[in-house]
Amino acid sequence: MIQVENLHKSFGEIRAVAGVSFSARDGEITGLLGPNGAGKTTTLRMLYTLMRPDTGRVLVDGIDASVDSLAVRKRLGVLPDARGLYKHLTARENIDYFARLQGVPADEAERRREALVRVLEMGAFANRRAEGFSQGQRVKTAIARALIHDPKNVLLDEPTNGLDVMATRRMRQFMRDLRGEGRCVVFSSHIMQEVAQLCDRIVVIAGGRVIADESPEALRQQTGESNLEEAFVKIIGSGEGLAA
Amino acid sequence: MNSSFVVFRKEVRENLRDKRTLINGLFTGPLIGPLIFVMIINVMISRQLNQAESPLELPVIGARYAPNLIEALHQEGFDPRPPVADPIAAVRDRDVAAVLSIPANFGKAWDKGDPAQVEIYYDSSRRDTEQAVSRLKDMLDRYSRLNGALRLVARGLSPALIRPVVVDERDQSTPQSRAGALFSILPYFFVLTVFMGGMYLAIDLTAGERERQSLEPLFINPVARWRILLGKIGAICLFSVASLLICAAAFIVAGHLIPTEKLGMELGLGPVFGLEVLVLMLPLVLLVAALQTLVAAFSKSYREAQTYLGILMLIPVLPSILLSVMPVKTAGWMYAVPLLSQQVGITELLLGGSVTAAQFAMCLVCGFAVAAIMLAVTARVYGSERLAISA
Repeated sequence: MIQVENLHKSFGEIRAVAGVSFSARDGEITGLLGPNGAGKTTTLRMLYTLMRPDTGRVLVDGIDASVDSLAVRKRLGVLPDARGLYKHLTARENIDYFARLQGVPADEAERRREALVRVLEMGAFANRRAEGFSQGQRVKTAIARALIHDPKNVLLDEPTNGLDVMATRRMRQFMRDLRGEGRCVVFSSHIMQEVAQLCDRIVVIAGGRVIADESPEALRQQTGESNLEEAFVKIIGSGEGLAA
Repeated sequence: MNSSFVVFRKEVRENLRDKRTLINGLFTGPLIGPLIFVMIINVMISRQLNQAESPLELPVIGARYAPNLIEALHQEGFDPRPPVADPIAAVRDRDVAAVLSIPANFGKAWDKGDPAQVEIYYDSSRRDTEQAVSRLKDMLDRYSRLNGALRLVARGLSPALIRPVVVDERDQSTPQSRAGALFSILPYFFVLTVFMGGMYLAIDLTAGERERQSLEPLFINPVARWRILLGKIGAICLFSVASLLICAAAFIVAGHLIPTEKLGMELGLGPVFGLEVLVLMLPLVLLVAALQTLVAAFSKSYREAQTYLGILMLIPVLPSILLSVMPVKTAGWMYAVPLLSQQVGITELLLGGSVTAAQFAMCLVCGFAVAAIMLAVTARVYGSERLAISA
């Protein structure tokens, strides 16, 4: 369960986030949708405590991120925008490193790791060094290391970015599986089709503000458009930056 | 397991697999100093020995006007060569080191008892010919004094009459101190090794990680930034200590290869020396690791960090240059200043003197205090929000 209350964040003159509030419930997929530069990544960075909000507050399972950021980070599994691996380590070693940093006991870490390797279909490259991994292999490894500590809440920043069609389909199924396990899944995207397919709840961000926070169904009704794409364009006010 | 140790272990393991880090940190860095050192010293020594032992070969103009003089010089190791047409051009064009010219009236002046003149053509701005010229001058001087004395004796006077003051030199240098003067550059090599040994790691672990976009995921783990920093600093220190050990071992081996005894010098390069150098260098290892990480944290990219750290490497030259240009007496306070304390300490050890326990303690306490401050500053920068953001 993630609650976000009235987040603000400025970089000098630029107001990247200017009043973002929403909540993401367990067992649901919440999508942050918005054009490029809308403030999605900055919002997520405040959620995973990499940045401190100027004002506002983030609660993860009721814990205030500004009070106990370590406890919050323990409850989060994060695929950030930056998903670099250690190229001299194998995929398994990359995952193990994060397991140790998360303080997962060795035997449990191994069990979790092998389960993730199986689910994410990483068997073919798990013992190879990360140097020269394809985009898909990199994302899979990054997701596996982010989920090694079995977090209740999962944050994914544009998880399908750079993936081919098949990998994208598998990624979407994986997110549904995470929801099925009762986790709170938040992901950002600028691809509305993806958001429409997956989300139980859609938070539309533009210009650093939340301009809609509805279920896909309610969004369609609210705008009077049967087509979700038209609905988005109507809400945001322009079609700029959105991909079908 | 302690999370700093987790970071430390991973960094060491990963970098042991990195050829570039290994070659730079454990091979080029520590060995280049001793190698250059042995080469320079060997060239210097063999040249000095050659020049001192080999016959002095110089062209002589008008040798026939002073056969006795030439014969006397020959006895002292002078080998007259055929004359050159233009002595000034020959010296200027660096064809010869110097030219001895004996004028036609030499014999006449000699017989009359007037001062007989000879000329030496040379260029005092050419350092390579200094020794040849001074050898020739000494030979001529000795010949002149001997004949002056003989003339006095022939007139029934004591040669002591024209030497009212006699200088007796009592050189207090020891074989080790003479070597030390020659080898004052040696401490710089140790300091340089510490800078080089950890440099690639320092760049890689901060600027490199950020450039490869792995710093942000790392910081999302529930580990305080300063713990991550400690692990990384630990890895850098381990590599630079390893580098230092290799360098010290190489110098100890090099000490046996340098024929210093031929110069009447002695170097105190033994295992004890190596150990003492290591102790003196320890605070510097930590200080440099923190400083390099700080610089890498401020740099926007790997290349930028490389440039800054290259410039940073010039800093340790300063005490070396200062002390060689203005050889001041080693004062107690110098052991309190990092870099300077290593410089004077290692020089002292080389000279065969000893560094007292109090001086060791001062070097360690002050060095680690400065390193701790540097570490605190670096930890502060490491905690900043901007550090992790790659783009």
